[in-house]
Amino acid sequence: MKVLVAVKRVIDYNVKVRVKADNTDVDLANVKMALNPFCEIAVEEAVRLKEAGAATEVVVVSIGPKACQEQIRTALALGADRGIHIETDTSPESLSVAKLLAKVVEQEQPGIVILGKQSIDSDNNQTGQMLAALTGMPQGTFASKVSVIDGSLNVTREVDGGLQTLALKLPAVITTDLRLNEPRYAKLPDIMKAKKKPLEVKTPADLGVELREHTRLLKVEAPATRQAGIKVASVDELVEKLKNEAKVI
Amino acid sequence: MAILVIAEHDNSSLKGATLNTLASAAQIGGDIHLLVAGSGCEAVAQEAAKAEGVGRVLCVDAPIYEHQLAEDVALLVAECGRDYSHILAPATTNGKNLMPRIAALLDVAQISDITAVENENTYRRPIYAGNAIATVQALDPIQVITVRGTGFDPVSASGGNAEVQMLSAASAAGLSRFVGEELAQSDRPELTAARVVVSGGRGLGSGENFAILEKLADKLGAAVGASRAAVDSGFVPNDMQVGQTGKIVAPELYIAVGISGAIQHLAGMKDSKVIVAINKDEEAPIFQVADYGLVADLFDAVPELEQKL
Ligand SMILES: Cc1cc2nc3c(=O)[nH]c(=O)nc-3n(C[C@H](O)[C@H](O)[C@H](O)COP(=O)(O)OP(=O)(O)OC[C@H]3O[C@@H](n4cnc5c(N)ncnc54)[C@H](O)[C@@H]3O)c2cc1C
Ligand SMILES: Nc1ncnc2c1ncn2[C@@H]1O[C@H](COP(=O)(O)O)[C@@H](O)[C@H]1O
Repeated sequence: MKVLVAVKRVIDYNVKVRVKADNTDVDLANVKMALNPFCEIAVEEAVRLKEAGAATEVVVVSIGPKACQEQIRTALALGADRGIHIETDTSPESLSVAKLLAKVVEQEQPGIVILGKQSIDSDNNQTGQMLAALTGMPQGTFASKVSVIDGSLNVTREVDGGLQTLALKLPAVITTDLRLNEPRYAKLPDIMKAKKKPLEVKTPADLGVELREHTRLLKVEAPATRQAGIKVASVDELVEKLKNEAKVI
Repeated sequence: MAILVIAEHDNSSLKGATLNTLASAAQIGGDIHLLVAGSGCEAVAQEAAKAEGVGRVLCVDAPIYEHQLAEDVALLVAECGRDYSHILAPATTNGKNLMPRIAALLDVAQISDITAVENENTYRRPIYAGNAIATVQALDPIQVITVRGTGFDPVSASGGNAEVQMLSAASAAGLSRFVGEELAQSDRPELTAARVVVSGGRGLGSGENFAILEKLADKLGAAVGASRAAVDSGFVPNDMQVGQTGKIVAPELYIAVGISGAIQHLAGMKDSKVIVAINKDEEAPIFQVADYGLVADLFDAVPELEQKL
């Protein structure tokens, strides 16, 4: 069984982003970029499925400008076998990403597709669910445990009330939550080896997908800042402030 | 123009998040229909009919919707939602699971986690863990949206008197099956609706030590939350995580104990009215958003606070 993993290039999670002065977007010039943390978890899960003998090949795909190839190489260093880069000028909207991925699914016929639950830049949390709809597959979103049992996939999901387990028919889409696994670090020899692994470049036109604009970003602003607070010297002072100043207790 | 709101419920009662979503629908303006899809969910439909601003309740009561599996509910909504200008659901794990699937079936975008309505097709939503606020315009004929509860004050749960219309089930997707669930049992208020939240982080050191927070929470009638580090370390279950990728809360009072204040945590609580931080490291970033910061060892400060309340 082949596993397809979608990975996105995003701002490093440690960086606090700033809004551009003209309010058109955030400023990503000279900002450290990385593999979206949820995608890292997705790659790790796919590699573990392969190591456990449940999968035979791990293919990673990323959509966006040329620089995405760095993140594909990172995924290859973590153990994926081959990469596909779909080159676009900017990272497209989730629905467009899902349409492109649906074409890749049609060509590659994976048994499982793993995505992150959320991009930490757009905070969309959409693409996996959309891909599942477009390909007619079931979806195991926010997964914290995955096991292949008798040709079906058991997925434990992190939901608001606790945990829920579903059995999905294969092929299926999974989106990862934080507790699914702890991704490994790529070792230097693996990083070297990854440079030689195959990486195919395609365009949306090659896949027969025309990208449409479904939403328009009108403005990006900095959030309201909080008034700087004070330090209290003791628990007594804290209680006094909460009672008499903030009046919340 | 009519708006379809998808009710959040557990087959026995309507969840509060639905009322916040109804408030956002009222701001968009237009007739509001509320869909209750479930199994044995008649009581929910009756409750839904009383919610302020609801023009009609659409109730689909069938065994296939017992667990509201996205594959099945999406087929239903893609069918009965076509005549609406907007389809809204709370940005809960249910809503987040379901709405993108509906949007893709309708070949339209989905807009996540709106916190404000500018007009009938333009919304504000946080991006980059709340470090930027985007104003987004929807260009599609049907707008599929999830609504962040903290952005909208709930409408009243009573006073309405909508008609309940029964709909028949759509065809079953036959793709997924419910196996089981482990739901957290708690007598405390729900995290996202509580007036006071007490959250613990890695500084608590263990799950047992959360008992000191629970005592404080009991005194305050508060819900208990946690940072990702506390969840990852196995101190507490995942449903307690507050943050960019967990729950979003905005209580009157948020008390962060042994939490450093990473941007991902702040994303989930920085709209709280009053923030208190208790941390032994005076440089901890949480103090930059706290109204009242106490530099102290939590194992001394929390029991003392509980005593003195
Ligand atoms: C993709 C992604 C998503 C994430 N999503 C979330 C999220 O939704 N929510 C979230 O919370 N985090 C999230 N994180 C993690 C986040 O980056 C931080 O790692 C996490 O919030 C740290 O938790 P913490 O503050 O409990 O732990 P730490 O950063 O380790 O801080 C512990 C604090 O406790 C204090 N302390 C220790 N002992 C005591 C004591 N005895 N008395 C008083 N103070 C004490 C220390 O001074 C320190 O400040 C995410 C990270 C990533 C990469
Ligand atoms: N441009 C992209 N290229 C590849 N995968 C993507 C892209 N955008 C989103 N994804 C996948 O979809 C997941 C969820 O993203 P989102 O729906 O944008 O929050 C990510 O974690 C990726 O796995």
